[in-house]
Amino acid sequence: MAVKFEKVADGDYLLDVTGYVCPHPQMYTKKVMGKLESGDVLTLLFDNPSSGESIIAMCDSDGNDLFERTEEGGTSQWKIRKA
Amino acid sequence: MSEQSNAITMDGPESLWYGHKGNLYAMLILGVVAIGSVWALSLDTRWIYLLVYVWFGVGYGVLLQYGRFCMASAVRDLFAVGVPRMAVGMLIAVVLFSLTAAIVKVMGVNTFHPHPIGWHVIIGGAIFGFGIVFTGGCASGSLYKSGEGNLGALLVVLSISFSQAIYVTLGGWFDRLVPASWTESAATKGMPEELTVTEGWFDQFTAGYIWDLKGTTLAESLEFEGEVAGAFVGNAFLGAILPSLVLLVYLYMFAYRKGYLRRYKIEMPKLGDHLRGIWSMVSSSRNTAIAGLGLGLLAGLHMWATGALRDHYQIFNFGELLADMGHTAGLSLQDTVFDPGYWYITTQEAQWGAWVMEKAGMMSRDNIFFGLENGIPNPIINAPGWMSIGIIFGAAVIALSRREFKWKVPNLETAMFALIGGALMGLGARLAMGCNIGAFFATVTNGDLSGWVFLAGMTLGGYLGVKGFSRWMEWRAGKDEFDI
Repeated sequence: MAVKFEKVADGDYLLDVTGYVCPHPQMYTKKVMGKLESGDVLTLLFDNPSSGESIIAMCDSDGNDLFERTEEGGTSQWKIRKA
Repeated sequence: MSEQSNAITMDGPESLWYGHKGNLYAMLILGVVAIGSVWALSLDTRWIYLLVYVWFGVGYGVLLQYGRFCMASAVRDLFAVGVPRMAVGMLIAVVLFSLTAAIVKVMGVNTFHPHPIGWHVIIGGAIFGFGIVFTGGCASGSLYKSGEGNLGALLVVLSISFSQAIYVTLGGWFDRLVPASWTESAATKGMPEELTVTEGWFDQFTAGYIWDLKGTTLAESLEFEGEVAGAFVGNAFLGAILPSLVLLVYLYMFAYRKGYLRRYKIEMPKLGDHLRGIWSMVSSSRNTAIAGLGLGLLAGLHMWATGALRDHYQIFNFGELLADMGHTAGLSLQDTVFDPGYWYITTQEAQWGAWVMEKAGMMSRDNIFFGLENGIPNPIINAPGWMSIGIIFGAAVIALSRREFKWKVPNLETAMFALIGGALMGLGARLAMGCNIGAFFATVTNGDLSGWVFLAGMTLGGYLGVKGFSRWMEWRAGKDEFDI
């Protein structure tokens, strides 16, 4: 089990931090969002609920659009579009 | 945020509360705690004293999980990702707890004792703050995350427990770290011979250093006349509310203002814009704010309930009740056990570790921490210990009902962080005489300024921890060969 980051298609990326607790999910998300281009979409997979609150606040602060949230079996799949 | 979906089907039987297994497990946990409580009371009604800890623990656990309320992220997320959410939630809880603590103080049942203030507070806070970055949670946070099924968080709890038990009994080579003045001062305290207070670094630290310091509240040091003015103006307003408001303004200015003004396209902000911005920051995470309010209220009620029971039973410490009920094996030389009377986390965890080590023949009581002050009670009758277990239960209940419970087995990296970070948290907590709850939350809300010193240390440690963690993350990212 390791942090997984991959390009799925042009402008479409996946970051999988399932199995990791704070601060991994929010710090890796911050790092990845800093590298993406405007309009790129990140699909984020994580299963540490408290990280979600920080990621929402990060999106609010940076103006990124958290446009889809799916929760299943304790795992969250969120999609964020970079502003 | 334009869309939120939930993959759980809500049609048919699952739309009913009992149609989801999580709700049933949650009810089962509450049922077990309720039946256990009735059973304990049927044995002896005096177990109500222990049950108060259990049920307040459940309440803390519910609120902690509901608000994702982990004080580790108050400092960590501020430096790591620029998010003040938890720092704000923590300050809301401080404001409310300071008011409820003042009410309890005026009622004459406040159980708080001020902590001695000295360099140990800031050093312990810094070590604790460094550790919490790597464990992913503070002491209470690790308990509530254990209730979410996170076994890595449980490993943190175990590490805190055993590391503290070991630290307070270390002697031999570690005695060389102690200044001679502490040894000399400890020798003059007239302690019973069996405690051998001039041996063991923690005994000399306690008797030769801590006991020579003084602790006080703001109401006492400013010599407020009258209980009401002292409690509300001295302790609550000057000691907790005013510093919290200053910190909230600071957080707005340096961590929230820029994003807020950009979001609302405000180019020439006036005072009203800033006030609305501060309110936006306070209310941006509704769950965290509600949890902060609830925890502040609950912590005050807890203090009142325990104080009222002490009045009722005419006791100063739970050890007296345990002795009356014939449970003397775990008591200290003074017939006491650890019984703070309010929200506290780390000392009871040290007792758990010590109890296991004592059973394994690896622990003696020739020390102040266990032998004179806290005892080593069986975990079954360890009242504050049950508060910690209650936090796990309460968090599990709400995590199950919110479909967020998931068994998570730590990988090698998170297990290593849990063990090392937990050991650092244990060391920091023992040096500072408490964690972010006992040494910060419970102190500043009762007019004891040592808590703000602890927070300063925890902030420094958190900052250094984030720097260290970022380096580790860079190294890991390179090793895994993904280019972020």
